[in-house]
Amino acid sequence: MNPAQRVTLTASLLLVMCLAGSVVFLRRLDQVRKEVTLEEVLYITSPKVLKRMSLGYDGLLADIYWTRAVQYFGRRHGERASHYNLLAPLLEITTALDPHLLVAYQFGANFLAPSPPNGAGMPDRAIRLVEYGIQNNPDDWHLYYELGVVYYLEVKDYAKAADAFDRGAKVPNAHPFLKILAAQMAQHAGDIQMARALWATTYQTTQDKQIRANAVAHLRALEVEQEVTVLEQMVAQYRERTGQWPSAWADLVAAGMVRALPRDPTGRPYKLAADGRVQVEVPDDIPFIAKGAPPGYQPPLPRNLESKP
Amino acid sequence: MSARIVAIASNTFREAVRDRVLYNLIAFALLLSAAAILVGQISIDIERLVVVNLGLTAVSLFGVVIAIFIGIGLVSKEIEKRTLYTVLSRPVRRWEFIVGKFLGLAGTLAVNAFFMAIGVFAALFYVAHAFHRPDGWILVALYFIILQFLIICSLALLFSSFSSPLLSAVFAFSLFVIGSFAEDLRGFAAMAHGLTRWLATAAAYLVPNFSTLNVISSVAHEQPVAAQLIVYNTAYAMLYAGVALCGAVLILEHRNLK
Repeated sequence: MNPAQRVTLTASLLLVMCLAGSVVFLRRLDQVRKEVTLEEVLYITSPKVLKRMSLGYDGLLADIYWTRAVQYFGRRHGERASHYNLLAPLLEITTALDPHLLVAYQFGANFLAPSPPNGAGMPDRAIRLVEYGIQNNPDDWHLYYELGVVYYLEVKDYAKAADAFDRGAKVPNAHPFLKILAAQMAQHAGDIQMARALWATTYQTTQDKQIRANAVAHLRALEVEQEVTVLEQMVAQYRERTGQWPSAWADLVAAGMVRALPRDPTGRPYKLAADGRVQVEVPDDIPFIAKGAPPGYQPPLPRNLESKP
Repeated sequence: MSARIVAIASNTFREAVRDRVLYNLIAFALLLSAAAILVGQISIDIERLVVVNLGLTAVSLFGVVIAIFIGIGLVSKEIEKRTLYTVLSRPVRRWEFIVGKFLGLAGTLAVNAFFMAIGVFAALFYVAHAFHRPDGWILVALYFIILQFLIICSLALLFSSFSSPLLSAVFAFSLFVIGSFAEDLRGFAAMAHGLTRWLATAAAYLVPNFSTLNVISSVAHEQPVAAQLIVYNTAYAMLYAGVALCGAVLILEHRNLK
């Protein structure tokens, strides 16, 4: 082997080794930086300043901030964080840079308003964000719908929810459902059916995976609530007939009151308690349930991940 | 280290000094003095923050510009002026030429950064009237900036070994910008699916990650830098510079200089 070939071989080997090593260390850096660096600090919080600093490339910068917002929420949601301090500013910056990025408003409405660990617990910021979206996109009915949902589900202000749906119904090409929602709001405020309809519409009208998954989780919880109510009524009827609580679902099947072993949306059979209560087997797997959890059940607490709140 | 490499490195350093590269220190000193005096008069409680942010950003940007504009000519100009033939006619290997040039430029930038660091600390002392323990983290940020220079120097040399100075400058500067957004590139990759995800992830690992070497904002806010971060960043920068240098050696080794 001549010296030139030796140099080529050595340099090639070194190149491959250094490249592999740099990837290994970069992956380690990712792990270290997750724990020790600036996760909870946003140094430039002013959307106006950022817009000026973008030198006209605000569309690209909006995309970058949108990615950051989604990544931030996804990561902290996975960690069951107790607060999401950066979510609102990240979304506000994103929408200030690109006021027509509709998905950012939808995301904000769905994840800024609910309480931790499912959201940031900031319904006011969610409302402000969506109102800003409406101001910039007055012809998009989705935004009025999202505003109505926040008022209905999180703020429980049914009059304002009805007003938002009504405003949306007047927009050209609005979903016909908005008119129905606006009309039925006063009559059916607080109904499970109304909540189901809202989450189903949210699921159908978005392409965002996280928003869809959130809607599915809520729909499952509402399904459990409905099923548990019906099953407990049946158990009570059984007791009225026989004078005792059923010892198992087989008793209700034998009595012709249920057709088969009732199962929750995860496919697990419902548990029948000795005092006639109906419960899900693993409540942690069905977030948001208001009914069907064992007595004294506490959903997993959000984790405080920051040293400085 | 081979005496030949040392000779090439010291000549590169001397050449840079002769090219009046260190004159940038005057501009830097003026910038920092003006900032320190001005900030002291117009702001409350953020004097330190502004001086550290501005000082370290200036160290980084001045260095990056010098690294690119000197680095891109290190090989191509030697070929253009035919001085490379004189060097290689002596018992100097091509890889030694590349390594020597790299060390010479890295040394120039380290010396430049050293003087600028003195300027940053002087301005800091002027506005804060004393040094505090968290000011020590500024040294870590400066060290990371030097690691950044090593990567930029190696990339400029790599491009210089096969391209014209103008294109080399464009390539190197583009990689610097892309590398500064490397984490966002990783974010995009995480949101993609299938083949796009693989390609984006590969690209994210292939481009230099400058964002991991940028702790300016955190040290300005007096946040400590983890020891692990220092170790991993050092290893990463050395290895990445190694990749680019090996690439440059391979290209020059096979380049027909006739």
